[in-house]
Amino acid sequence: MNWLQKIMTPRARAQSATGGKGKVPEGVWEKCAGCGAVLYKPELERNLMVCPKCSHHHPIRARARLQALFDEGSTQELWAGLEPTDPLKFRDSKKYRDRIVAMQKSTGEKDSLLAMRGSLKSMPLVACAFEYAFIGGSMGSVGGEKFARAAELACKERAPLVCFAASGGMRMQEGLFSLLQMSKASAALARLRDAGVPYISVLTDPSTGGVSASLGMLGDINIGEPRALIGFAGPRVIEQTVRETLPEGFQRAEFLLEHGVLDMIVDRREMRDKLAELFALLMKLPRAA
Amino acid sequence: MNPNFLDFEQPIADLDAKIEELRHTSHGQAFNIDDEVNRLREKLKLKTADIFRNLTPWQITQLSRHPARPYTLDYIGVMCEEFHELAGDRMYADDAAIVGGLGRINGRQVVIIGHQKGRDTKTKVRRNFGMPRPEGYRKALRLMKLAERFSLPLLTFIDTPGAYPGVGAEERGQSEAIARNLLEMAELKVPVVCSVVGEGGSGGALAIGVGDRVNMLQYSTYSVISPEGCASILWKSAERARDAAEALGLTAPRLLELGLIDKVIREPLGGAHRNPRAMAVRLKAVLLNQLDELAAMPLPDLLEQRYRRLRGHGAYQE
Repeated sequence: MNWLQKIMTPRARAQSATGGKGKVPEGVWEKCAGCGAVLYKPELERNLMVCPKCSHHHPIRARARLQALFDEGSTQELWAGLEPTDPLKFRDSKKYRDRIVAMQKSTGEKDSLLAMRGSLKSMPLVACAFEYAFIGGSMGSVGGEKFARAAELACKERAPLVCFAASGGMRMQEGLFSLLQMSKASAALARLRDAGVPYISVLTDPSTGGVSASLGMLGDINIGEPRALIGFAGPRVIEQTVRETLPEGFQRAEFLLEHGVLDMIVDRREMRDKLAELFALLMKLPRAA
Repeated sequence: MNPNFLDFEQPIADLDAKIEELRHTSHGQAFNIDDEVNRLREKLKLKTADIFRNLTPWQITQLSRHPARPYTLDYIGVMCEEFHELAGDRMYADDAAIVGGLGRINGRQVVIIGHQKGRDTKTKVRRNFGMPRPEGYRKALRLMKLAERFSLPLLTFIDTPGAYPGVGAEERGQSEAIARNLLEMAELKVPVVCSVVGEGGSGGALAIGVGDRVNMLQYSTYSVISPEGCASILWKSAERARDAAEALGLTAPRLLELGLIDKVIREPLGGAHRNPRAMAVRLKAVLLNQLDELAAMPLPDLLEQRYRRLRGHGAYQE
């Protein structure tokens, strides 16, 4: 405790610790994690969380991403009522049930995967996006179910499917239920493939573990966002296993492109145009305006 | 302490040693050695049954990794009249952590794929402790496609701590290799029977574990993450692996109860490593039964049933 805190009343101390009354409104300014520039948050948001100065891609909320992708006013959220249960009555330092409730409160989402349908430059499209803020974007039964339904819907309507991954992997708290979402999602994608409906996977920062090792790598086209961490094992686990420092840029999108795992890297601000062009080609449609 | 026995197996080890000692004693004719040996054998049986009656999930995890546990090639050796190992992914290398080939079981032609661990230091390293790299999964895929081309049923044996987390594995697309197998196995046009015989370590296990039937040996485990990995993330300490093993619900009876696997195959008293031959014979009988069942199904029905099974896994509310 410093001298100032010592002379404060306990009440004033408690207040100052929680930020007090007269604090500056939070979140108006944001420091760019890439170049350190101080950015005006509403402007950063308009720019899809990409730094206008250095093009660093900051995390973007799943909802904002999907809204920015579709034609304005065309979206309809799908299966918004799907919620996780706690089949194992899992408990670590916290009960899984409590964790879910806390996450739902802090993110405003029911689970880590959002699904929507709408139009992309007038072409019908089904899209999913992971919310990384929800338990690290981890995929459990809800994520697997939503993704499989999205693939089945895309199949039925012959509408292309896109998924934006942002996930550390499968959700531990649902045990083997989670693991089996990998085979579930992949089985649904196999049917989409048979139907000849295109699927593009966009891997954003980070895309690791079972999400990358199932729906993430199964795109007819796999796209990475600049500098995104993409891989199976996380870099910490690899470092512990091989006991050496990893090369610079290891597991970044650029590294994966070089090693033949990705088709291309696309700036988030150009994603909508790029996806519309690629899908139009695969669907044998004229080029969208 | 004998390293081939786990700590809770020590009483078994002690009795075992005593029996061996007696059997090799030629003198001491004052009493009947045979009687004494039989008495000890009976005691050993009771003691083993006693220890194995109430195993914790953590003890079962240790059993699934037991150094004397039979591995894929041990099962193949007992079950097959004939087996021809096929090597290589035709792209990069042959990964010794996954073995596969053509075989004959009770006259029936099959393709078999399984994880393979080593017994001694040298073979353990060569087999990379049963942790495959992408080339292992791509070899497996090549053999699956071979099975499909010649309409041979596919049997897989799962026993891996997980896919190898290494620099080269990442460079060569570990995620892609696993994902590709999940997709292809979902639609492989032959019956597929998967059996977890040891450790079912996450995506590295599932990558050869998608099929029409999933069996688990009584003391095998199947989990989204190892108890140690889970503990170090959620409890911030690998020491809490015991608790994680409990929470993850990774044992065969529990997973059967949750509807995530089809069958638990009982192990001989004291575990598969006490009588590998009996274990292999029992497993073989189950597999032959399941192959008969699946062979009787028309292909479209088989694939639809497989899709429904894969699609049906999950616990959520709406």
